[in-house]
Amino acid sequence: MTVLHSAPKITSNEGVLAALTKALGKSVIAGEEKHGEIIFTVARDSIVDVLRSLRDDHAYQQMMEIAGVDYPDRAERFEVVYMLLSLTKNHRIMVKLSTDEATAVPSITDLWPNAGWLEREVFDMYGVKFAGNPDLRRILTDYGFEGHPFRKDFPMTGYTELRYSEDEKRVVYEPVKLAQDMRTFDFLSPWEGAEYVLPGDEKAEGEEAAEKKS
Amino acid sequence: MSHGIQIEESPTTDGDVITNYTINFGPQHPAAHGVLRMIMELDGEVIERVDPHVGLLHRGTEKLIEHKTYLQALPYFDRLDYCSPLCQEHSYVLAIEKLLNIEVPERAQYLRVMFAELTRICNHMLNIGAHVMDVGAMTPNLWVFELREDCLNFFERASGARMHSAWFRPGGVHQDVPEKLLVDMGNWIDNRLPELFGDAMSLVIDNRIFKQRNVDIAVVSRDDAIAWGFSGPMIRAAGIPWDLRKSQPYDVYDRMEFDIPVGTNSDCYDRFMVRVKEVYESAKIIKQCLAEIPEGPIASQDGKVSPPKRGEMKQSMESLIHHFKLYTEGFHVPEGEVYVATESPKGEFGVYLVSDGSNKPYRCKIRPTAFSHLQAMDMMSKGHMLPDATAILGAIDVVFGECDR
Repeated sequence: MTVLHSAPKITSNEGVLAALTKALGKSVIAGEEKHGEIIFTVARDSIVDVLRSLRDDHAYQQMMEIAGVDYPDRAERFEVVYMLLSLTKNHRIMVKLSTDEATAVPSITDLWPNAGWLEREVFDMYGVKFAGNPDLRRILTDYGFEGHPFRKDFPMTGYTELRYSEDEKRVVYEPVKLAQDMRTFDFLSPWEGAEYVLPGDEKAEGEEAAEKKS
Repeated sequence: MSHGIQIEESPTTDGDVITNYTINFGPQHPAAHGVLRMIMELDGEVIERVDPHVGLLHRGTEKLIEHKTYLQALPYFDRLDYCSPLCQEHSYVLAIEKLLNIEVPERAQYLRVMFAELTRICNHMLNIGAHVMDVGAMTPNLWVFELREDCLNFFERASGARMHSAWFRPGGVHQDVPEKLLVDMGNWIDNRLPELFGDAMSLVIDNRIFKQRNVDIAVVSRDDAIAWGFSGPMIRAAGIPWDLRKSQPYDVYDRMEFDIPVGTNSDCYDRFMVRVKEVYESAKIIKQCLAEIPEGPIASQDGKVSPPKRGEMKQSMESLIHHFKLYTEGFHVPEGEVYVATESPKGEFGVYLVSDGSNKPYRCKIRPTAFSHLQAMDMMSKGHMLPDATAILGAIDVVFGECDR
């Protein structure tokens, strides 16, 4: 595919995927190159070894970001994605693993000190636990917050709202009351994948069934 | 504190033990640059431990973005780091363009680079002024705010909005700029900027008090800077010439000639000086853009991504349909995931965009620059005096809209 876009140009990906797949051995579950990004899916328990090897043997010195993603339909619903950057090779790769609510992911705070807050954020937003993180508190949400707001099943409005109560002279928390329902507009065109039944469509299905019978 | 330590043998303490104590820095302290709360454990006036509490400005931007179409999500990026709005948009539009793999016309690329650099100047004006004010000087801040005002006026003339421009769009920019604006920008770069900025900096750079407050404060070694995930002026002050505009050029940065200022001592003063030098480098880039910018379209010619001109809509049925589809359904982005990072004035600002093939992002993770820098606050301020904390914070250049998202 010819590159038309003008997004940041890094050193060529050529051969990187094959070389790293070979070097990392059995820990790699899958490796792919798509949209110019190299992404490795690795076994959860080997993440520390994989990242250490990438840092020490393959010169990916910086770990810039950890992102959580939620796929509720999967058996292991959460993905944790690590973005690595090599200053010397001028290259980026992503390493990811999957987990569920109950299983803890080994922490990489021993490899990179800045993983501490990033893991806290993933924990706060998705409830993914990191075994070995010395300070796994919530980070972005309110003190005493309950739930994990970035999960797909967490409503965008949340469950509680707060206001200053003149009577009690303090901030009080209350269940969310919306004066108007949240409006969600579904603009997906019916030709390209709307999931609802358009009014009248059920009749067409009835006809089809009738035709089959006859 | 359960265990106390005796600071010194003194006839006046009557054998009492003086213990460490904990104070709250912020969240409403003017030197906290927004809403940062830091729990500080002090031994006398020396900082033993800092625990920054972030998230007081958390608005759930990433969640909101998941519920908007790609175009509707764009203005959220202005509201992250509200001191450098266009640079954040840059990462986001490039991420979309990378997934779509569409070509951006040259003029649009030049305009983007030009305004990203103007944003850098604008951001540094705020940070330099604020940093100087944090350590006690008033005047330079007032002077550089004049320049910041000029930058905001330019933004207003280009996009109609002073801060939240929403001017970069997937496929190009929203509207072309008038010729006169480019002329005025050229004059400003040649005359007003170096004059006023040079004046303001002459008060600061060799100032004895300023140096006493910044030199040798929060020295971070090269290895630490790399391990903590530093980027931008923070890593350059540590002597590592790492600049994404140079090493991983996007848009037309590969045609620009500019230098990367680096520090030698990796202290707060170096971080400050790197920013001062960067202002002049940005000015250089803008001048090159002004000289080279070609005529032509300012947005992608792909009608499925960028909207048609008003005039075309009156003539062509297809344009009308495109316009309607773009502003209701939006465009679909092919399935996949990308991580695109650009050099924002504060460091590496990244967008990790996951698309499921629909018209809304499935996940949009924003990498704030402040997160890894602020996390190192404990490491950097250990052993320094309490007033140094404001200097360290000023040199990090943290904005909480971005840190907390």
